Amino acid sequence: MSRTSWVVRFLMGALALAPVAARADSITVNTDQSDPQPKAAFQEVVKRFEAANPGTHVVLNVYDHEAYKQSIRNWLTSAPPDVVLWYTGVRLRQFVQPGLLADVSALWTPAMKEAFGPTAVALVTDNGKQYAVPYTQYQYGIYYRGDLFQKAGIGPIATWDDLLGACDKLNAIGVAPIDIGSKDLWPTAAWFDYLDLRINGYASHMQLMSGKMSYLDPKVRDVFAHWKQLIDRKCFVPNHAELSMQESQALLFQGRAGMMLLGNFITANFSPEMEKVMQYAPFPSITPGVARAEDAPMDSVAVPQGAVNKAGAMKFVAFMMQPDIQEMINRYEKQIPANTQAKLVDDRFLVDGRKLLQATPDHSQFFDRDTDEALATLAMKRFQEFMIKPDRLDRILADIDRARLRIYAPAN
Amino acid sequence: MSASANRMRGGMAALPFIAPAALFFSVFVLWPIADSIWVSLHDWDGIHRMRWVGLGNYTELFGDDVFYTALVNNIWWLLSYMLAPVFGLAMALFLNQSIAGMRLYKSLFFFPFVISQVVVGLVFSWFFNGDFGLLNLGLHAIGLHGVSLLGNANWATPSVIVAGLWPQTAYCMILYLTGLTAVNGEIVEAARMDGARGWNMLWNIIIPQLRPATFIAVVVSVVGALRSFDLVSIMTKGGPYDSSAVLAYYMYEQTFLSFRYGYGAAIAVVLFAIMDIYIAIFLVIMLRQERR
Repeated sequence: MSRTSWVVRFLMGALALAPVAARADSITVNTDQSDPQPKAAFQEVVKRFEAANPGTHVVLNVYDHEAYKQSIRNWLTSAPPDVVLWYTGVRLRQFVQPGLLADVSALWTPAMKEAFGPTAVALVTDNGKQYAVPYTQYQYGIYYRGDLFQKAGIGPIATWDDLLGACDKLNAIGVAPIDIGSKDLWPTAAWFDYLDLRINGYASHMQLMSGKMSYLDPKVRDVFAHWKQLIDRKCFVPNHAELSMQESQALLFQGRAGMMLLGNFITANFSPEMEKVMQYAPFPSITPGVARAEDAPMDSVAVPQGAVNKAGAMKFVAFMMQPDIQEMINRYEKQIPANTQAKLVDDRFLVDGRKLLQATPDHSQFFDRDTDEALATLAMKRFQEFMIKPDRLDRILADIDRARLRIYAPAN
Repeated sequence: MSASANRMRGGMAALPFIAPAALFFSVFVLWPIADSIWVSLHDWDGIHRMRWVGLGNYTELFGDDVFYTALVNNIWWLLSYMLAPVFGLAMALFLNQSIAGMRLYKSLFFFPFVISQVVVGLVFSWFFNGDFGLLNLGLHAIGLHGVSLLGNANWATPSVIVAGLWPQTAYCMILYLTGLTAVNGEIVEAARMDGARGWNMLWNIIIPQLRPATFIAVVVSVVGALRSFDLVSIMTKGGPYDSSAVLAYYMYEQTFLSFRYGYGAAIAVVLFAIMDIYIAIFLVIMLRQERR
């Protein structure tokens, strides 16, 4: 733990950041919100916070998403900022358990818990204490071309058979049914997540994610059996392995593919014409009677245990809980505020999304946030392999399970 | 004053001059190498304490299929990159003429080396794209079936290597163009008098005189092949399913995507050992040349 510390301290000193961070009236906030809209949202938060707390200066450091995931480990274990942006659920507890994040339970009054709802509270709770403040989330689901569905004569997709039928009908009119860019690997995990959630349910899915269940279990085989039905019916676009998530969307927008399982962030890419024809539907049910759960990643802000200005950090995090602030941030980001009292931006996809999420108590955070990073990296490559070579299933499952046993061995 | 004392004083005097370089070399080169070896003997995720596993990472690595895929791919890269000096020489000979505007042509041929590898990767991944790529548009135009090269486990590595050869060839070409300016005209003249023409002239007269350029071209191509990372990362991310991974990319993936710092370091150490073999060969040749 201590081995990176002096290197980082040395660098911090060299960059003369340390004196700034040490000032009692200044708060250092590190975020990975580097895209224009989210970045503007955070600049606005800082502006409003400084106006509400005269004399307090906020230093906002913005990092690239991927670099952030790596460097946060360095800060937390050495010279942390006062506030960090992070995820919720397993990824949050991963830092809570080694004692890297401060307890912010004091902010979580019964009224606050009421405002955020039990799902959000549970996602920032470990051992009965809260360690973060969630501020935004978005839903996953099927985004489809309403015009093409109409042309192919497809009704609402509510069941597995509806989905298979839609595949056949889209293929019949020469449109590739399901768009996906598996070069980025993670889009494949959306399919795994939803098939598992709809076939085996949330509890079983989380058992699998936490390494307590084998990938050789018949339940997991059942997931892949359903996945194979889609592959056999040629539901997925060919050549998906050479398309990134962004590149793959072109097929949908050009009308060459019919639907895509993705997060609501896809709506940001809709042109005015697409805005008119794109529709959203939650992922269909598969096994009757299995309670619905959704992939709905939620982001939060947390206070590192080693923060220099902890009092200031708590004030900032408390500020981020306010409905008006959450409303403002999510208007910029076009997402759903975690505080249910915060108003939602007027957008039909988000209105549907919030309704859906409020109706489902269980929100998984997406495969690569719910399970160990090393396992996720390996498994997503195997999902891609399965989509191209489904006959290798036995070897693929054995491979993933071997990694699971290695990774979760010390914990079990 | 005896000769040995004199040499002694010379050594002492050199010390202050060497010291700064030695210090920086130790801090920025030797220490990180030693540290990587140290980390490779541990299991570490960057959050928890480092756990000593001895040679555990290496045992796992030598039983890891992806490691062998990456190793074999690295060998393919190395072998294929030896084409760069050959193509580079051909291009240099072609461009070594005095025609109006030759400088412009030379610059255009050198262009691929100047642009970033990331750009090269993007350009080629669009060129190869099975859907909208120029390659496939061309194939369709002559009535052939389209191919999805980067999405195919067998074709991904050769395709990425082709992209890598493009700038590498340009680099070798410029080395040979420089070398050609140093070719002794009198020897060429004399050979021509003796009736040397075409291949004969090239093989027996020109190429021997280009030895220094050839040496450098091979060296930079070997280095370029072994450190191949950017093109793989941009064009395939090691995929589909690890089929185009190289050691440098696998090291990156294990370290920064899987957060297995120890395992990543072990891959780095193996890559370092492979480089050492090459550096040893390089040094032997260099020393032999200097002695001559």
